[in-house]
Amino acid sequence: MGMTMTQKILASHAGLESVVAGQLINARLDIVLGNDITTPVAVNEFKKAGFQKVFDKDRVAIVLDHFVPNKDIKAAEQSKTCREFACSHCVSHFYDVGKMGIEHALLPEQGVVTAGDCIIGADSHTCTYGALGAFSTGVGSTDMAAGMATGMAWFKVPSAIKINLTGRLPKNCSGKDVILTIIGMIGVDGALYKSMEFTGDGAHALSMDDRLCVCNMAIEAGAKNGIFPVDDVTMEYLDGRSERKPVVFEADTDAEYEKVIEVDLSKIVPTVACPHLPENTHPASELHHIKVDQVVIGSCTNGRMEDMEAAYNILKGKKVAEGIRCIIIPGTMQILRECVEKGYYTAFIDAGAVVSTPTCGPCLGGYMGILAAGEKCIATTNRNFVGRMGHVESEVYLASPHTAAASALTGYITEYKED
Amino acid sequence: MNTQGKAFKYPDNVDTDVIIPARYLNTPDAKELALHCMEDIDTEFVRKVDKGDVMVAGWNFGCGSSREHAPLVIKTCGTGCVIAKSFARIFYRNAINIGLPILECEEAAEEINAGDKVEVDFDTGVITNITTGKEYKAQPFPEFIQNIIKCGGLLKSLKEGEQNG
Repeated sequence: MGMTMTQKILASHAGLESVVAGQLINARLDIVLGNDITTPVAVNEFKKAGFQKVFDKDRVAIVLDHFVPNKDIKAAEQSKTCREFACSHCVSHFYDVGKMGIEHALLPEQGVVTAGDCIIGADSHTCTYGALGAFSTGVGSTDMAAGMATGMAWFKVPSAIKINLTGRLPKNCSGKDVILTIIGMIGVDGALYKSMEFTGDGAHALSMDDRLCVCNMAIEAGAKNGIFPVDDVTMEYLDGRSERKPVVFEADTDAEYEKVIEVDLSKIVPTVACPHLPENTHPASELHHIKVDQVVIGSCTNGRMEDMEAAYNILKGKKVAEGIRCIIIPGTMQILRECVEKGYYTAFIDAGAVVSTPTCGPCLGGYMGILAAGEKCIATTNRNFVGRMGHVESEVYLASPHTAAASALTGYITEYKED
Repeated sequence: MNTQGKAFKYPDNVDTDVIIPARYLNTPDAKELALHCMEDIDTEFVRKVDKGDVMVAGWNFGCGSSREHAPLVIKTCGTGCVIAKSFARIFYRNAINIGLPILECEEAAEEINAGDKVEVDFDTGVITNITTGKEYKAQPFPEFIQNIIKCGGLLKSLKEGEQNG
């Protein structure tokens, strides 16, 4: 019986010729990742268990991104724990303030992760790197500690859902509308424990930033991982960037899928997930009566250059509506720099928006844009759970950068239509 | 090994943001974090929970973030077991890794009511609703996972493997 792309990567990393869904395996890890919230817990477990050193100083990545620059004294202590651990173990991929970015925007950009990798990260959105043709999944801090110590992790080989993308996206839509539409179709546990394998001519037509966004939110359907086939777009992205040689895996033609879902990209419309679940999706055009107080454009889902460009094209020469707080957060220092060089930064300020250094900040209700009781925010982030961005009586609407930027100009949820 | 206590009942899709809101994640201290367990959907939980009590929930319990703080605060509060129709995969993994007993049992999760007295036998997977007298059988863990639990968590099982191997 044939294997899915995910199963092939897992088999290869477990040193096995083949694996089947449900099989428990022990796999070799290419990268083990943690952030400023999950790493301190992992460091504690690592020390408590009596481990002396990390398995490979070049295969551990620690990114301070959730609460930095440190939001308070306790956050500063957590950063310090990460910094001291990284320093004492000579972790080569340690990203502190000035170098850091939002981890899932940063690691692909810096070439730390590549095609064919097997990656775990103590952050649920680690599934993002499937866009590069890697097996990548979120775990907890104890798994991170074990991974740092041994370079191995146990997995139950997942079955898969094949998502066949056809057609081309309308101009006012992006990867965010694709993944929100799919989550709306299958629900927040529609891919529980499974891989979401994206294929079809529509998949190949998506840009790398769109693919990263789509895979990023696979976890929002409960998936273990999301993955795209490696093609020219992938190789062009990895070229001159990837630290290690990419390895290309392809699904067997007779691979078994639990389900095949057909998605015609040309039928996708600007989509918004209403409170309080990412599956609660509606066309943006049906929500024009909803007044918002805040707009956030950024996060590991939509803080990349194409997202900044979409926001720029909509906001340039215009003004954010009176009474709306518009917060723009480029995902990495390189993206921030490019925003400055291309004049986006000035255009955002002239429009009445604020621009932050990279941080996860408001997405998880950390800081930099917390909501009061009764307030509503349209955000390009990934979760709209109760209290996610602040007060338990606040609301988050998830949308693409196009929809969020268009909404900033009107103060209401607005479908972007090209002028 | 078993636990006995009263049931707290929760709906489908209980996410890790309501189990432990991110605004408190500026510390890794489990005892401090546990003061806020479930507060965004149940402000009474921390005050009412006693050692050995059981959480009963619907589908996809623990969805969302990978924060291990979520199973950790549930355990630190004294909760003896979580019974749900299904668990989100990272939460499932984390619970096993830190030694919080969890059981998947659709029928029990459906029928047990808030406040019922419940007993859970982890060796057999038998859940007994003492209030109604009804017994349920949960899915047993695969042997590999039972071994992690028996060792007291993932890292201890790895250390044990190192010594034996």
